Amino acid sequence: MTGTRVGPPPALAAPGQPGLADSAHVERLRRRATKRHRFGRGGLYLLALAAAFVAALPFIWGTITAFKRDADLYNSENNPFVFNLDPTGEHVSFLFDETGFLTFAANTLWVGLLVSAITLAVGLPAAYSLARLNMPWAGPLGIAIFFVYLVPPTLLFISLTRVVAILGLQDSTWSLVLIYPTITIPVSVWLLIGFFKAVPRDLEEQAMVDGYSRLAAFGRIVVPLALPGVVAVLVFAFTLTAHEFIYALAFISPTDAKTISIGVPTELIRGDVFFWQSLQAAAILVAVPIAFVFNLLLERFITGFTMGAVKG
Amino acid sequence: MNTVAEPRATPPQGRAKLADREGVLAPLFLLPAVLYIIALVGIPLLLALAFAFSDVTVGDPSFDWVGFRNFDAIFDDPVFWRSLRNTVVFTVISMALTIVLAKALAMILIADFRFKWVVRFLVLLPWTTPIALAAVAWLWMLDSVYSPIDWVLRSIGLSESNVYWLGKDTLAMASVIAVHTWRIVPLAAVIILAGLISIPNDIKDAADIDGAGFWRKLFEITLPLTLPVIAVATLFGAVLTFTDMSVVYILTRGGPENATQVLPSYAFLKGIGSGDLAQGAAIALFLFPLLLAAAVAILRSVKKMETF
Repeated sequence: MTGTRVGPPPALAAPGQPGLADSAHVERLRRRATKRHRFGRGGLYLLALAAAFVAALPFIWGTITAFKRDADLYNSENNPFVFNLDPTGEHVSFLFDETGFLTFAANTLWVGLLVSAITLAVGLPAAYSLARLNMPWAGPLGIAIFFVYLVPPTLLFISLTRVVAILGLQDSTWSLVLIYPTITIPVSVWLLIGFFKAVPRDLEEQAMVDGYSRLAAFGRIVVPLALPGVVAVLVFAFTLTAHEFIYALAFISPTDAKTISIGVPTELIRGDVFFWQSLQAAAILVAVPIAFVFNLLLERFITGFTMGAVKG
Repeated sequence: MNTVAEPRATPPQGRAKLADREGVLAPLFLLPAVLYIIALVGIPLLLALAFAFSDVTVGDPSFDWVGFRNFDAIFDDPVFWRSLRNTVVFTVISMALTIVLAKALAMILIADFRFKWVVRFLVLLPWTTPIALAAVAWLWMLDSVYSPIDWVLRSIGLSESNVYWLGKDTLAMASVIAVHTWRIVPLAAVIILAGLISIPNDIKDAADIDGAGFWRKLFEITLPLTLPVIAVATLFGAVLTFTDMSVVYILTRGGPENATQVLPSYAFLKGIGSGDLAQGAAIALFLFPLLLAAAVAILRSVKKMETF
């Protein structure tokens, strides 16, 4: 806990002797604690505000930018944080009407959907096997699979570029559908192990006593109970697809196959021409929904992490 | 005399029997994941190793063994040494910053206060935003002419002219480090938060009853108990930092004059940019020892975490 939550002063907790001198002492201690408490609260709010400001600064500036007129934006004497001329929505419309933004978004969603499907199809059984089926070496195997996540795209993209070319998938979103699960499967298996371990064994055993096979118990009892884990994997696979940069940059060059994260920086910056307002609008439009979903799932991620790591 | 019980009901035949045998199901369930990883991570990793000793280019993909020629070439290349040094410098500095800031942020996020969800939402933005888009937002923050930071500095009289954040060697490096740290801190804070939450309540209560103050609790309880998780969070951040090239690629393309070039971005420049896959692979290979060291360190921290 932080220091902002000052407990009862020690004198209150100690079995002191009653007396006038003591009650004055207690009073003094109490006042000091309240003062410390107030100071702590103020400090906490100040720190929280500062953290939020630093984290959000580029996005605040980006939001203002997105609605600025060119004459307002490209004048270095103007206060950048206010609208010196009336705001305009034309750069946001430009983003939707004149650039491939919607195509990039659709590609990202499509790839994300397929990657999620592959990740779940492969990851659910693998996690169950490691969590429940008494595999010999389950622990080391789980750790090994997790460490695959640490093998970075920057080490593999060169040879994978050849692999993708040999398979004839270059310049197609299918190359991403094939390769992205190599990143999502390891993390998802790790997350799902935690969720599976949280499902009481009794439920499964009861199902098997009732005549379900192990396979049916897995499919009909355990997976539905671990649904939050499935949702976490879905969110993770989608965000990863939106985040990934290097593979997409190396594999794909036509505009209509690009995903958000390479489409926006490569298509809205044409040579030396930066479409700054539209660029910022794109960044905000992508950042806010993802952050929103993540916030909804944050508690889940934290429990998933502690279960997977600490009790794994 | 024979009191051995009758054998229990024989297990059902056929499909059900197979679907019940853990010894068969367990490897069968694990197989697809293992195959996927071997085919698309294991083999490409070996391929990358082989490429480094070959003359494969985008134009001429035929594989010829050339021994250590690629390595001789990159060892003679001052840009390679610069990239290697930058990679280490970036990682060490942003790791150090991340430890302090993430710990502080985790302690803010664990406290209860009003409008916490707003703060949490904003604080997580750097991590949840696709890195390329976050880098684009920073590129605009650090613009050579219209940077709002410059405007503020000029208005309060701290600076006569613009700073050119990405135009000078040291400033460009500092900018790249700052953006990396800005991005990694929320992730590290969330991991540390998970560690803080797992501290048993009775330990905290005991400390409160004993009247331990903020700093005392910090140094004698939370820090020792969360040290392994802080280590894991930081190492993760480090791996994400030194294996990433998108921040450098978007902010500076390695410039000015390779001042911010890192191994991944240089490998990309050589391998995909100039089409020399072999040399790109050889450069990227130097990430491997760093990675191995990080992996071993993470493993040790996780082991320590399990002993609590």
